[in-house]
Amino acid sequence: MSTIPSGRRPKHLTVGRIGMYCFILVCAIFFLMPLYVMVITSLKDMDEIRAANILNLPKELSFYSWPKAWSQACTGFVCEGLKPGFFNSIKITVPSVIVSVGLSALNGYALAFWRFRGAYFFFGLCMFGAFIPYQVMVYPLLKIEDALGIYSTLPGIILVHTIFGMPILTLIFRNFYVSLPIDLFKAARIDGGNFIKIFLYVIIPMSAPITIVAVILQVTGIWNDFLLGLVFAGRDNQPMTVQLNNIVQVDYGVAEYNVDMSATILTSLVPLFVYFISGRWFVRGIAAGAIKG
Amino acid sequence: MPLFRNIASMIALLPMIIISLTVFVGCIIYSFIYSLTNSKLIPVTNFVGFDQYERLFKQRKWDVAVENIFIYGFVFTIGCLIIGFLLAVLIDQKIRGESLFRTIFLYPYAMSFVVTGLVWKWVLNPTFGLENSMHMWGFSWFELDWLVNRDLAIYAVCIAAVWQGAGFVMVLMLAGLRGIDEDIWKSLSIEGVAKWKSYLFVILPMLRPMVVTAIVLIAAGVVKVYDLILALTSGGPGYATTTPAMYVMENFFSRANLGQAFAASIIMFISVVCILAPWAFYEFYLRNKYAAN
Repeated sequence: MSTIPSGRRPKHLTVGRIGMYCFILVCAIFFLMPLYVMVITSLKDMDEIRAANILNLPKELSFYSWPKAWSQACTGFVCEGLKPGFFNSIKITVPSVIVSVGLSALNGYALAFWRFRGAYFFFGLCMFGAFIPYQVMVYPLLKIEDALGIYSTLPGIILVHTIFGMPILTLIFRNFYVSLPIDLFKAARIDGGNFIKIFLYVIIPMSAPITIVAVILQVTGIWNDFLLGLVFAGRDNQPMTVQLNNIVQVDYGVAEYNVDMSATILTSLVPLFVYFISGRWFVRGIAAGAIKG
Repeated sequence: MPLFRNIASMIALLPMIIISLTVFVGCIIYSFIYSLTNSKLIPVTNFVGFDQYERLFKQRKWDVAVENIFIYGFVFTIGCLIIGFLLAVLIDQKIRGESLFRTIFLYPYAMSFVVTGLVWKWVLNPTFGLENSMHMWGFSWFELDWLVNRDLAIYAVCIAAVWQGAGFVMVLMLAGLRGIDEDIWKSLSIEGVAKWKSYLFVILPMLRPMVVTAIVLIAAGVVKVYDLILALTSGGPGYATTTPAMYVMENFFSRANLGQAFAASIIMFISVVCILAPWAFYEFYLRNKYAAN
């Protein structure tokens, strides 16, 4: 065994390290405080909310606000709670994720293995689209969808999510496929594989890790979207985020902060669930989306 | 016969090509053309030159929006970078519970902007929020009325945004820190350089590509900020926290002033290009040039 010290200095509990732990704890409290407030507020009744400290634990647990937020809270004239929004969000998210991930995987594959003249020019154009503010595109896109007859419909919002998810997803799939050994592709070519066959039988079976990253990225992104759902989904398909905002921002009646907070928690359950179970993959998704190729 | 060989690839990439041309390029051209008209409720081709832009720059509300986006952009970017880098450095110290802390600092990033806005709206509520808590604890001098204060409301938005985004920078920086060669740490410790000095003057400059990527991604997001402000302040009090994105959306969908909205969106687009162009030039042109040498 070598006695040469390697790596960083060994760690002992010094004053500096205690200070460091204190600082990191203060940061953790800052980051956790809104979540804590959200949860305890949803478990109080309105009298206690008015009378007591926002940071105090509830004296008596009240579960009144949860079912109300789920199925009775009012947005304008309808009082159906968040439930319709939840199912709308699922109806929007599931097909949007499948279509956008599938199409982007195909794009990435074509760009990585079957380059043709000009392919990278269009890829660059597509990447450029990732940075254009939505506000520049919403109105003309609305006109396009209107002309196609799908504005304010489910297919309309799915198409919009597919369009805006495409740049970053195509990029991460392309980067993943470029890193695969090219000999594999050559061998498949020699064995007589064509464009479709190689994609289906060679590439897709190897794509599991990057597909997981892409799906996580899209599920959280589409679930959390507000602007596109507001403009393109139409009244009947309003996603959960839009309904949440409508419920909380109603102009009349007594504000029920516990119901608001229950509704807020309900809306963030899906992305938080994805985040907590996927942990490392979520982080990888961020890194993949951020690092350019 | 390369052209024939790639015909399948061309067909596969057709959706991407069509979307890039019609949505990403087409919408910008459409918006620019109609920004030169006096369209109100519906787009009309009654050209008035650059009148809309002239009117835009005379609007007090637009001035406020631009001022806000600069304040927000500056505070949010700097806040995220400093806190994100600090957290990454702390987590890199081989601390106990590393993955727990990482989870805590990153979870807000999984949440929707609407959720973030609504939670902070409640926490900063002038009657029941943190200000009230501090008063109850006997700190009667404590003031936290930012949401109803015209001058401070935009900083409340910044706090909520940093809370959500700092974890993202932390992840990027941590990936960078973990990629630093152990030999560099060895030589720094042999030289007896203080830890904080090593981080600030040796490691941070080595992470420059990460920092630049983080800044560009944050800055491109800054221009788009919409949902967060809508949920947190609805642009208020008055129009004290309005932003260019809100100005555009208002003129499109509630004021029926399309010409103004197009002009403002084109200005937004130009500002994004101004942020991206130097970075893209550096990334794709200079880097390739040096890599070739």
